Amino acid sequence: MAKHQTPMLDELTKGPWPSFVDDIKAEAARRAANKDGVEYQIPVDVCDDLLGILELAYKDKETHWKHGGIVGVFGYGGGVIGRYCDVPQQFPGVAHFHTVRLNQPGGKFYTTEYLRDIMKIWDMRGSGLTNMHGSTGDIVLLGTFTEQLEEIFYEMTHKLNTDLGGSGSNLRTPAECMGMSRCEYACYDTMALCYALTNEYQDELHRPAFPYKFKFKFDGCPNGCVAALARSDLSFVGTWKGAIKVDQKAVAAYVAGELKPNAGAHAGRDWGKFDIMKEVVNLCPTQCMSYDGKTLSINDKECYRCMHCINTMPVALKVGDEKGLCMLAGAKAPILDGAQMSSLLVPFLPVEEPFDEIKEVVENIWEWWMEEGKNRERLGETLKRLGFGKILEVTGITPDARHVQHPRENPYIFWSAEEVGGWDRDIKEYRKRHAR
Amino acid sequence: MAFISSGYNPDKPMEGRISDIGPRHYTDFLPPVIAKNYGKWAYHEILEPGVLMHKAESGDEVYTVRVGSTRLITVGLIQEICDIADKHCGGHVRWTTRNNIEFMVDSKAKVAPLKADLAARKFAGGSAKFPIGGTGASVPNIVHTQGWVHCHTPATDASGPVKVIMDELFHEFQTMELPAPLRLALACCLNMCGACHCSDLAVVGIHRKPPQIDHEVLENICEIPLAVSACPTAAIRPSKTEFEGKEKKTVAIKEDRCMFCGNCYTMCAALPLADSEGDGCAIMVGGKVSNRISNPKFSKVVVAYVPNEPPRWPTLVKTVRQIVDAYKKGANKYERLGDWAERIGWERFFDVTGLQFTKHLIDDFRDPAYYTWRQTTNFKW
Ligand code: HEM
Ligand code: HEM
Ligand code: SF4
Ligand code: SF4
Ligand code: SF4
Ligand code: SF4
Repeated sequence: MAKHQTPMLDELTKGPWPSFVDDIKAEAARRAANKDGVEYQIPVDVCDDLLGILELAYKDKETHWKHGGIVGVFGYGGGVIGRYCDVPQQFPGVAHFHTVRLNQPGGKFYTTEYLRDIMKIWDMRGSGLTNMHGSTGDIVLLGTFTEQLEEIFYEMTHKLNTDLGGSGSNLRTPAECMGMSRCEYACYDTMALCYALTNEYQDELHRPAFPYKFKFKFDGCPNGCVAALARSDLSFVGTWKGAIKVDQKAVAAYVAGELKPNAGAHAGRDWGKFDIMKEVVNLCPTQCMSYDGKTLSINDKECYRCMHCINTMPVALKVGDEKGLCMLAGAKAPILDGAQMSSLLVPFLPVEEPFDEIKEVVENIWEWWMEEGKNRERLGETLKRLGFGKILEVTGITPDARHVQHPRENPYIFWSAEEVGGWDRDIKEYRKRHAR
Repeated sequence: MAFISSGYNPDKPMEGRISDIGPRHYTDFLPPVIAKNYGKWAYHEILEPGVLMHKAESGDEVYTVRVGSTRLITVGLIQEICDIADKHCGGHVRWTTRNNIEFMVDSKAKVAPLKADLAARKFAGGSAKFPIGGTGASVPNIVHTQGWVHCHTPATDASGPVKVIMDELFHEFQTMELPAPLRLALACCLNMCGACHCSDLAVVGIHRKPPQIDHEVLENICEIPLAVSACPTAAIRPSKTEFEGKEKKTVAIKEDRCMFCGNCYTMCAALPLADSEGDGCAIMVGGKVSNRISNPKFSKVVVAYVPNEPPRWPTLVKTVRQIVDAYKKGANKYERLGDWAERIGWERFFDVTGLQFTKHLIDDFRDPAYYTWRQTTNFKW
């Protein structure tokens, strides 16, 4: 018999999509039965109480979680989100419901051994509830009591060689697309770069010293599977220079219908016979392709590498050989000044260990932003306030037409004194030429 | 419930402390076929909805079965996932950025038994534990946030609305009939932890009533200057009030300036906004992140408000269905929702979706608003 009646939540056990309510109910039952004889360190009925408090929120149409609460582990300024409920007498199992963020492994690949080990610790010391994964990328262990935080950290670091992720005004846990591990489009090794920068900047990740949060995300190509351009203060997006590699035989196979366009992504509907003119050549946004019935030609100088043709004929077309990444800066969600996407900062960098060129750009930006950024101001907002020219200046990057969609539409230019031969003049000299 | 120490000594927190070690290295976890062909993949094929084949230059193949999952997931279910991965996948499994789970095997013969095993597993109420799909021109899993399950600022729940929308779009998840992928996101407040400002279709929790002021405690629990400077519209100023005969420092709010962003509450717990009648969801469409064909773009608000109707949010679900159906019918192959809306014109978008255009959909927030008005005579009837 369930501890709390949950008639509203029970409606969410219906329908075909996996029911989180059924999952949590099963977890409540699993904890109650305790087949493995776990010495639970927080209330056994935490899952029942979570369902109870959620049912109450469904009834009230208002959350029952209180504002924050400063908890954490010694020496770290992030990695734990404090949470208390506002009805602890009714639901003592979730009186404390703090979250622990664990830094996820690259590409979110796991061995079952490692996953089971994490789960074993969390089963004993936490709610048995997780998010796989939080929107930033971390493994989110959802709900435990204050006394367990140090114990969990100790076990994760000592037994599993695993650290916490970031929260607060610091570097947030970086995340990447799976890139070279299984994707033919990857223009650089996202997992290697993400791992290297995560480890290089552990201090920035654990000890808040920034004006506000700061995110890195790594996409291996312009398809943008981790949405770096939309979600990270510094977005690393794979790209290439030079010619797209074309296998004309395979192009012919697509035209003949032997290969499915877009790797079969549209197979569920009859879109008619593949038409290379309509579906590739005419959709090319730069109009740099042509097809004469036998040969597909690309004027690569005019291609801006949008990936459409490659996505559509992945067997025939491959990204060029000179690979690297673009760095773009300043994405953020709408709070406060409106949403921003990252703006192009570095058009091309090769990606080679130990990634010194990339680190130099990162560190120059941080140094400047820590100086100039206001409290709770994301990099994108600092850029808007002080101008894009500033970030070029501090990173020593030469301004280039690639940095803008189009040149400015007003001539209100902030010329500097040096550019105009100084501002100090003698009004008397002026008056010699021009009477008052 | 005896306390069991991990070895940590609270009196000497630094003793034997390990910190700043970062995540485990990914090479500890790669399936052998992935490790062997790392960076040497030739091409891929979607064999059927939810099943991918990646071919390496070496000739090796890896078959992936992608399944949808709830992001909120229990230890018990993760153990079950481990059991499946042990049985079929040599003890390896991965998650995608969109909360999908991927089971990988190194030969085609292993796909059918894996699929059969996954498809057979159901929850008590009959829902699928591991629905196969989410590839190609489909509706993949919804990226989302915490909602009433964990956060203090939500204007709606997350897990519940995601469940009911995915129930509705289950067919689109399991097939590839759309013109292009349709990526959904849900964030339960304007902080948008779910980063839904660039999704094909996004649901965003919004408040519609200004914060209440808890004068009794405000001066004790808030830094008044921080609360004042938190407000993007300068609606908040320091103030004094009399509370039960005592003068208290507090704030005053010019309510007609408030755009209900909740930032003041983030800074000051004495300014709650949550309200069963005021709260609900906005629907935004047409954003994208990929650079394919057109540039990345922001989502646009096309429904200013849908009320919270737990447990199954029928109005929200119905409206999402209306948009998806119109897109499915009208867009060209490869055309993302935002590209379709721009091609036909947003005025036509409202015609064909049957959504009502209202004054709330005309931007009036700061300078960029101007650029969204129409400075041309080019429009359609
Ligand atoms: C000013 C903007 C933001 C504020 C004030 C904010 C605040 C918060 C708060 C209070 C939580 C705790 C929720 C809980 O109780 O678990 C949270 C969770 C989280 N936020 Fe944000 N957030 C903001 C923007 C973002 C953005 C843009 C992202 C991602 C791109 C993000 C990623 C996360 C993640 C990953 C979590 C953990 C829970 C989850 O996955 O939903 N946040 N945020
Ligand atoms: C046809 C070629 C494509 C391949 C082989 C491919 C491959 C992948 C892979 C392997 C993932 C999982 C990545 C991860 O979780 O780290 C993924 C996810 C994703 N892809 Fe792609 N992708 C392709 C095209 C695209 C396109 C054209 C777009 C955008 C228009 C796109 C957007 C995304 C996004 C947003 C995700 C997020 C994760 C998810 O849905 O599970 N992809 N893709
Ligand atoms: S961003 Fe590009 S390289 Fe990375 S997984 Fe997606 S398609 Fe592949
Ligand atoms: S990548 Fe895009 S721009 Fe370049 S040739 Fe292909 S379709 Fe045209
Ligand atoms: S979107 Fe808002 S309510 Fe939802 S988890 Fe993030 S901060 Fe909390
Ligand atoms: S909700 Fe936002 S706009 Fe309204 S008073 Fe608070 S900070 Fe200002």
